[in-house]
This record gives sequence, structure tokens and C-alpha cells, in this order.
Amino acid sequence: MRGGELLWVGCGAGFSGDRVDAIAPVVDTLAKRPGRRVLILETLAERTLALAQLARREDPAKGYEPLLPSMLRPVLGRCLHHGIRIVGNFGAANPLAAAREIDRMARELGLRAPRIAVLRGDDMMAHPDVMGPPDECAWQSAGASAPSGALVSANAYLGAEQIAHALADGADIVVTGRVADPSLTVGPAMAHYGWSPDDWPRLGAATMAGHLLECGAQVTGGYFADPGFKHVPALHDVGFPIACIDAGGHCVIGKADGTGGIVDTRTVKEQLLYELHDPGAYLTPDVTADITQAGVAQVGENQVALSGVQGHPRPDTLKVSAFYEGGWLAEGGISYAGPRAEARARLAADVLRARIGEGEPLRFDLIGVCSVFADDGGKMLGSIPDGGARDVRLRVAGKFRELESAERLAREVNALYTCGPAGGGGVRTAIRRRLETRSFYVDRARVDASYFIFQ
Amino acid sequence: MTEQSTMRVHLYQVAHGRTGDKGNRSNISVIAYRPEFYQAIVDQVTVERVGDLFRHRGPRQVSRYLLPRLHAINYVLDEVLDGGVNDALNLDSHGKSLSGFLLDMEIILPASLAADIETGRRPDVGVTPVAARATAAGAQAGASIEVDR
Repeated sequence: MRGGELLWVGCGAGFSGDRVDAIAPVVDTLAKRPGRRVLILETLAERTLALAQLARREDPAKGYEPLLPSMLRPVLGRCLHHGIRIVGNFGAANPLAAAREIDRMARELGLRAPRIAVLRGDDMMAHPDVMGPPDECAWQSAGASAPSGALVSANAYLGAEQIAHALADGADIVVTGRVADPSLTVGPAMAHYGWSPDDWPRLGAATMAGHLLECGAQVTGGYFADPGFKHVPALHDVGFPIACIDAGGHCVIGKADGTGGIVDTRTVKEQLLYELHDPGAYLTPDVTADITQAGVAQVGENQVALSGVQGHPRPDTLKVSAFYEGGWLAEGGISYAGPRAEARARLAADVLRARIGEGEPLRFDLIGVCSVFADDGGKMLGSIPDGGARDVRLRVAGKFRELESAERLAREVNALYTCGPAGGGGVRTAIRRRLETRSFYVDRARVDASYFIFQ
Repeated sequence: MTEQSTMRVHLYQVAHGRTGDKGNRSNISVIAYRPEFYQAIVDQVTVERVGDLFRHRGPRQVSRYLLPRLHAINYVLDEVLDGGVNDALNLDSHGKSLSGFLLDMEIILPASLAADIETGRRPDVGVTPVAARATAAGAQAGASIEVDR
């Protein structure tokens, strides 16, 4: 630990496609804080990496976060000037290309050349022997069948250690592919405070700090506001979170200065439990975190302290997410309004069913009556009688092995204009590539994580 | 509760929560707005009731974890997302909306807590400009304590 200085970690993105203008207020706030400052950018949902791998296949210079220039260009100079380190998984399927992009960006902006570290080792496509044939993998989800399509991507979730090593090696920017989201925060904490990789209590605490940060605005009022019940000031300008992490890994979570949003015990509790299963065993590559004794306390305006997090030894295995080509998804919609609108929408569904045939499983939604709560099998919708809704949109969706079958469904929805019930309007159809996913675990000794400095 | 008068309330009047997903598994947190609501939620929002509510989704298993220090319960529903974000045909393939489905459930509380439940009539509905937030500071700082009525 350097002279008792605290660590501040700000999160500028919580998913690929997050608001790029949220980053600057985080950087400006970090610049005012004393101590070690780190900006993290989390841009890699489960599926994002597979899409990035497809992009890289089309163009070997691509395959990293497409928004990277929009995210970094406005703040790169300020980060380098103030010594704010940047750690992000925006490398996706091509971390080296992302490093090249940042290097080029710095030159174009007339900045000093940043020291960029590139993590590697997560891509398991190069190690098919480790994975074994798909049908021999131990699927995480019981009963999941072996995928039929070709493998698109397979990436192990790496942990914080190599991020910490790269930062200790003086990296201004650490570009990663797949790492566990909290590790983006744990790495800087390990590097700053010099924790050993088996310091379970501290790693556990820092992991939950990272967990609170990793989804950006979800801890500062995003995915939270509910008019009349849970008010969020200036939601349109919601500020992204900044955590102050001490030498024990304990954190106080706040947000960028001069922004909207709210950090209170409710937002922090909701995010603490987000995507969590057993609160006594939150598994990451770094530690088994345990929040069964955790508490939260409001310690200032938009400042919440998290305490009582425990840590236990890390799992012996690393999780691997694999994606396979899964054919095509076709969707279509058409709207009906006015008298008997619901009956006309239901009739349109019957028409589509008869045209496509019972062989192809289709999902129907009556938007305005019953949609997202329902099941793909149609049990819920089938149990609801016509209630006379007067503004209804029929949605149909199906998955198809062949593109032609997907196109057929789209055409059938379109044909409802002239061949369907009265007054149907606003047809929209879309066809997208589908990916199937499977997860499995590999012995961590078989995953060779390392970093190199981009030259 | 036998001698006491009671009232029927929606879970959303006494608790908040959010949904998360991993693969084909959904977790829904239910967090009491006030400590005094917690035990009633623990007693009445059982795994059986939650399993019944989601029966149309065919969960393989429903479990829950109690977090009394946070006055929270984490419900975990296995295989309830029709395959999850990459497989489901649902518009909401993550199941983000499912917390609203659970929070619509009704529970019974002692009528003595009537003054403490959320009524949906809090002020500052809408987008408050940042500059005007000073006036709303009280409302946001004490949101979990004060009850506006």
C-alpha cells in the first residue's frame, strides 16, 4: 500500500451499448479524488463475446468493442494526464486489436504513448483438447442437450491476478477479453494494496465492491426507478458509480459528481443480490464471496457503505462459456386497435399457425394483453380468455435451422396486411442469427493466463 | 395474528426487488422496505407459493435464501426462462420483468402496519432537473424512513 492512499474505482460502462456520455463525469470525479484512481469499463455480456468472434471472422482487425473509440476518445487524455488507470474487457474477441486502436487514438490526439497491457489466455478455441467434444462436457444446466451447430466461441472467465500484475508493471491501460466482471475491480485492489491471491477475506470484500460497480447505473438508480414508489432524481442523467475501497476491501459506493441518480440502501441491496444465487457462495475465479453477514449503511448523501462481506477459498475450476451456431430467429408483429381488436389479433395468430403448420414451434404474444410474463409454450396466453382489449399487437417468434424457413414466417406476417383480419397495420419483421450457449468448467491449471505489453 | 385485525396488501407495497439471470436460471430479490415487514414476507412468500406462481414456466426447482441483516430474500428459479437469453422466444428473454410478476403477489399484514406501507404516492414523479434536486434532497436521503401520505 502506497503511503496509506485509498483506491477509487469508477465504472464507466456496464454493458456493450451503455451510454458513452456517462464516462466523462466519472473521470472528472476521479480526477478530484486523492489516491489511486481506476476507471473500469465492463462491456462484455455473455453473448457479446460470441458476436465479437463473428465480427472478427469477417474482419481480422475487428472483434473488440465497437463503441471503444466513442468511449475512450473523449477521456483518454484526461485519464493519462491525471494518472487514472483504465481496465476494461472491451478487448472482447480481439484484445490486441483494441490495444492497437487505443495506441492509434493516443497518437491522433497528440498524447503520450500509453503503456497498454493485453491479457490473454481466455480464448479456449485454441485448446480444443481442454474442452473435449461438446457431448462429453459437463453441462452446467442439467438436461441441456448437446448443441447441433458449429462452435463459434469458447472463453474461460479469467480472474484478477494478471490484471494486478499488469498494473504493478506500470500499465496505464489493461485490455482484457473474458474476465469475471468483479475481477476488473479486484485486480486494481490487489495491485494497489499488495494483497496475496489467497487473501480470501479481502478478495471477497473487493469482489462484492466490483459486483456493485460492474453494471454501471444499476447501483445508482438505473433499473430501479418506479414512479410513486422508488423515485430517482434526474434519471435521464443518471450518474455512474464510483467506489472507494480501503485496505481491507471494504467499500463505500457513491457516484459521479453533478449527475442525476441515487445511491441509497435500496439501490445497493438490489444490486448486491443481482444475478446472485447462493449468497453464501458467490463464485468467481478469485474467491468464493459470502454476503450472508453483509450489511449496508447510508453514510452520506449518495454514499452507502458495504460491510461484513466474507471470503472463502476460490473454486478449483474456471467457468467456460461456449457459443454455437443456432440457426435463425424470426420475429414479426402487427397491430390491431378499436372494437374487437383482441379478437382480430387472436384470429391473426390462428391464421399464422395454420399457414406455418404445427410442426414449427411458434411463440405468440398479445402485447397489451399478455406477453413477457408468458411462457414460450403458450400455457399462460391459452389460459386467458378474450378480454376485449382494444389496442393489441400480435407478436410471433420462431427459431429455425434454415434461413428460408425464417424468411417464410416473416413473409406470412407481412401477408396479414391483405390476407388477415380487418384493420391490421404496422407490420415489422426481423430475422437474426441465433446462438446457442453451453457452460462448463475446466481445471484452472489448464488455463494459461498471462499478459504482454503492447509495443 | 388471530386476535388482530389484518389487511391484504400487494408485496410491492412492502418490498422492492429486481431480477437477474444466468443462463436458464432467474433470481428475484425481495427486499422489505421496513424491517417490520420482513417476517411476514418470510412466512408467506414461501417457495411453494412462488413455484405455483411460476408454474406456467415449469421451474425445475425453486429455492430461496434469507438475508435477515438486509431484510431481503433471494429467490432462485431454475429452468424458468425457456432456455434463457440466447434460447427463449420471449421478448424479455432475460426475464427482467419477472420481479414485477412476483411483487404483485398479495400477503396479509397486521392492520397496525397500515400507516407504514407504500401507497405509490411519493412526490417527485418524473424527471427532476439536477439543479432542482436540492429541494428534493430530503425525500431522497430519507426515502427508506419517511412515509409520505
